[in-house]
Amino acid sequence: MNTTMGRDPRAVTSSAPRQRTDSAQKKKEEATGATPPRRRHRRQWVGLAFVAPLVTYLVLFYAFPLVENVSMSLHRFTRATYVTGEAPFVGAEIYREVLTAPQFLPTVWQTAFFVVASLVLQYAIGLALAVFFHRNFPLSVVLRGLFLVPWLVPIIVSATTWQWMMDADVGILNRILGVFGVDPVWWLGAENALWAVTIANIWLGIPFNLVILYSGLQNISADLYEAAALDGAGAWRLFWSITFPLLRPVSAITLLLGFVYTLKVVDIIWIMTTGTGRSQTLATWAYGMAFGKGTSAVIQYSQASVVGTILLVIALFMGVVYLVVQRSERVA
Amino acid sequence: MEATSRTWWKTIVGVILTAVMLFPLYWMVNVSLTQRNAIRAGDLFPTAFTLANYQVVLRDQLPYLGTSLLVGLGTVALTLVISAPAGYAISSLFIPGRRVLNFCLIVAQMIPAVVMALGFYTVYIKLGILDTIPGLILADSTIAVPFAVMLFSAFMSGISRDLLNAAAVDGANTWVTFTRIVLPISRNSAVTVALFAFLWAWSDFIFASTLNREGGKLRPITMGLYDYIGSQNQEWGALMATAVVASIPTAVLLVVAQRYVAAGVTAGAVKD
Repeated sequence: MNTTMGRDPRAVTSSAPRQRTDSAQKKKEEATGATPPRRRHRRQWVGLAFVAPLVTYLVLFYAFPLVENVSMSLHRFTRATYVTGEAPFVGAEIYREVLTAPQFLPTVWQTAFFVVASLVLQYAIGLALAVFFHRNFPLSVVLRGLFLVPWLVPIIVSATTWQWMMDADVGILNRILGVFGVDPVWWLGAENALWAVTIANIWLGIPFNLVILYSGLQNISADLYEAAALDGAGAWRLFWSITFPLLRPVSAITLLLGFVYTLKVVDIIWIMTTGTGRSQTLATWAYGMAFGKGTSAVIQYSQASVVGTILLVIALFMGVVYLVVQRSERVA
Repeated sequence: MEATSRTWWKTIVGVILTAVMLFPLYWMVNVSLTQRNAIRAGDLFPTAFTLANYQVVLRDQLPYLGTSLLVGLGTVALTLVISAPAGYAISSLFIPGRRVLNFCLIVAQMIPAVVMALGFYTVYIKLGILDTIPGLILADSTIAVPFAVMLFSAFMSGISRDLLNAAAVDGANTWVTFTRIVLPISRNSAVTVALFAFLWAWSDFIFASTLNREGGKLRPITMGLYDYIGSQNQEWGALMATAVVASIPTAVLLVVAQRYVAAGVTAGAVKD
């Protein structure tokens, strides 16, 4: 973890004045030894004071909006609600409506496709690149740095660029395919939209996978490779018997975080297709119902909150999974 | 000799891979430098060169850029003020319920922004801060705060106990220890946090398009870009020029602070 910062020289060199009188020494012993209850009490208050802003912040700006979101899913909100303040409590009624809506199942499947295809390909390409960059070669550091750029550029920027590149008539992608004799693909049309946004999302996720997996590779001892190479193992064999198994913990975390990030993607899909055709996922569905371009009549806050709550439950579940994975690694 | 030629072979492959990866961004720059009537021809180089698109951007987008800068800096300040003390408390002070808090932070990073936006929307209407800059800063900071706390506490837990104890012996109370010793040592972590908080706020689309969409000129650059996308007659030249300008902070940060960026990605690595 954060190797650059861990090596900060100042962490070692800077130090408080070290004149210790005898009495100071005694005080220190007091502090580290059995603490009298009163002092312990004070220390607890100090800790609380330091953490209080964060706790207040989490309650006000996380818990409160989330509770509001869940509450909205149980009350029938309409645009008029914001004028009249009326939102009758309807219990699970809106949940039933959403779960039985004709779009629901297709949207779940499209979300699953988007997430799984993105994860698998991001990971595979990221890992291949990490292995490629693992042994330094001239310019490798610079090139690795450049690979980060797509990840740091605002998503709306890359989404717009992909939209233009995937234009059916004049897009560069179809022109390149044309060179190989492939007929123009209507990328952003209803049928292909899901693949189109998935491709763009894979491109976005490669840098993240590359950086994490690369740092994982750095932690594998070079001796292992040397020993195996002496035994006559080839590059392919080295990868499958050393690299891949030893990367397992890092891979688990990478895929888990990747899952969470892919599930919540809205902007790349919304900019490219506004979630039309087969490119609608749970997150863009929720976004579209509440904030889509259609005004007044089609706005469905409560339905959006239902989908939002489903996403929230998945996030909570993945949080637990994350902790379990992290703990099992520490034990192993 | 043979080893050298083999690594040069890797450099060539590496350059090609990087070029493929960065092609979309090159294409954006290329279109932004092409005259309006030549854009649909799609030349590989801006042969019909023009800077007119950038003139349009300078004319139309400056207020949005200013807003984005303000929102970005506000988000950085808010994030640092909340997360640095909390990181210190979690790493080095006694607090009850530390594990619960850690779990909350992990889950907080996983909550989809669209869910947050839905909740914020009704809360903001009640508070009357919809379509305001402070409202947007608050919302944007939620992307960065959990990440920042975890990054700070990870770094601060590595600070030598002896150092902190020595300070206590010299009569420094917790606040003095924190401001005079812990914070200066954690400078690099603070830079990483500030970088990411700024970048995420600058790039934010979901909160800007939901909590600040009626904000007129007081909307960030992502909304300036979105206006172009939404218009019927898409002006691709101006659109791409705006996209290039919106990417400038990224480029600057990469050149100036690449090592902080890499540190941030590996330190638990979080992004929408």
